[in-house]
Amino acid sequence: MAIHESELNRTAVEVEGISKRFGEAVRPHRLMPWRKAKKPKLALDQVSMHVETGRITGILGANGSGKSTLIRILATLLTPDAGTASVFGYDVVRHPAQVRRHINRVSVEASFFKEMSPWENMLYAARLYGSGGDGTRDRVEAMLDRLGLPLDTLDKPMKQLSRGQQQKVAIARSFLTSPSLLLMDEPTTGLDPRSKREVQELVRSIRRDRAATVLLCTHDLQEAEVLCDRVLVIDQGRVLAEGAPAELVRSHADVGGSLEDAFMRLTGKRLEEDEEEKEE
Amino acid sequence: MMGNTLRWEMNAFVGFIERQKNLYRRYWAWEAVWLLYNLVSVLSIGYLAAGLSTLGVERSSVNLQQTELYLLIGALLWTYLSMVFFEVSFAITWERWEGTIEYTFMAPIKRLTHLLGMCAASLIYGILRAAIIGLAVVALFRLDLSHANWLTALALFAAATLPLLGLGIFTSILPLLSPEKGEQMAFAVQGVLLLISGVYYPITVLPGPLRVVGMVSPLTYTLDGVRQALLHGLSLAAALPDIGILLLMGVVLVPASVWCFGRAEVRAKRLGLLKRSG
Repeated sequence: MAIHESELNRTAVEVEGISKRFGEAVRPHRLMPWRKAKKPKLALDQVSMHVETGRITGILGANGSGKSTLIRILATLLTPDAGTASVFGYDVVRHPAQVRRHINRVSVEASFFKEMSPWENMLYAARLYGSGGDGTRDRVEAMLDRLGLPLDTLDKPMKQLSRGQQQKVAIARSFLTSPSLLLMDEPTTGLDPRSKREVQELVRSIRRDRAATVLLCTHDLQEAEVLCDRVLVIDQGRVLAEGAPAELVRSHADVGGSLEDAFMRLTGKRLEEDEEEKEE
Repeated sequence: MMGNTLRWEMNAFVGFIERQKNLYRRYWAWEAVWLLYNLVSVLSIGYLAAGLSTLGVERSSVNLQQTELYLLIGALLWTYLSMVFFEVSFAITWERWEGTIEYTFMAPIKRLTHLLGMCAASLIYGILRAAIIGLAVVALFRLDLSHANWLTALALFAAATLPLLGLGIFTSILPLLSPEKGEQMAFAVQGVLLLISGVYYPITVLPGPLRVVGMVSPLTYTLDGVRQALLHGLSLAAALPDIGILLLMGVVLVPASVWCFGRAEVRAKRLGLLKRSG
């Protein structure tokens, strides 16, 4: 749903001291002593952020840093243990229905009914967001054409599409509902360079044409550097730094350095190292 | 404003039915296998009754025609009821398996619309499948339905829909509570309903405690009432108490199940269970 005029110039996302822990620190069950209590994991630790309407804000962090948890809280799929979060002034816990009317999400996995076609999946999504009548097919075709997806894939089962094609359909699905806030969780992961560029151009265009706000979680620091107005570096559930990419480079990297250098300095490691740690 | 909201929810309601129709069409091979399985199960029960005389049961000691009809009605109704129950109760499991659960739960629609949409799709599909099996039964068995009161049977059938959906929604909560074991628990609930509801025998043959549990199962009243209507021509007036009980159960079960589903959703959001892998 497009934002109302009165919502322009407002804060799109306001997060205050959000914490989230998974798994409770409990003693072994009295009746089932063989069951081990899960070790609790602090996914977010007192995270605060502020996103203005119409901006592309990047959240940078390695796997397990808390990016997706933050996105899922804003998507009303998860409730925080502490702190507050609001989207266009609506609290995500107290007013989830109002928040949902303003948002959509693209996750790292293209989540679809795999036997259904892109058209059937998108029609279903359109129905849930108040459309789906005459003209929907034309809009879907125009969107997929713009993303460079061959139109003959529109009626094939999703499972026959490549990973990149599926991701393009996921992006088209989120754009179809004209969200005021688009939550993108690693949307270009797995895409070839050409597709990646097409998606990036589309992200720019929805900000430009629809004044939509984009929250972009990414591993790709180059992508963040070219797309984002502001970035937030997050590690082990904590925000380490926030600012425009150029500001972060200036403050945290050597002269002539990149956002990746700034990230390394801030987190004390490269993204790849974190990936390796996780695999171990 | 109210009209817009209603139109929005109706659109989503249609979306769920449309989605299920597309899924059934796309998974047609699976659906054909399940239909065949249901058909074979019903026919097996029918032939079991037809073969009782060859197993030493004296024709004079039991009305074989009536027994055959008794068992076939039970098998056919159970096929329908269990199918609707299965479809509704697997609303969550299916979405988790496909990986779409987060998208459906973050859609700007009321949960009631979501659940009623799934229920409506299940009912339509259940009736279609039961009708196909019913036609096969009529074609293969010489059934004496000369005493049947179809109006009463239909009224009982319709009244049973509400509590059945309530039970289905209750069971669909299980995968929300336990992503790993919820599906198996739903099967267990279905098995218990089969045991206690008098599908193939009157519940009077059950031991005391099970008989008591059977009396609170809406399926017991449905099966008993429909049998009485088709075998003995039970009048609509005489069936009113059973219809009343079924409607009352529905009035209690549907809102209660939707409320419990809401509480389970809150819990799932707190524990982070609303996702593909659980």
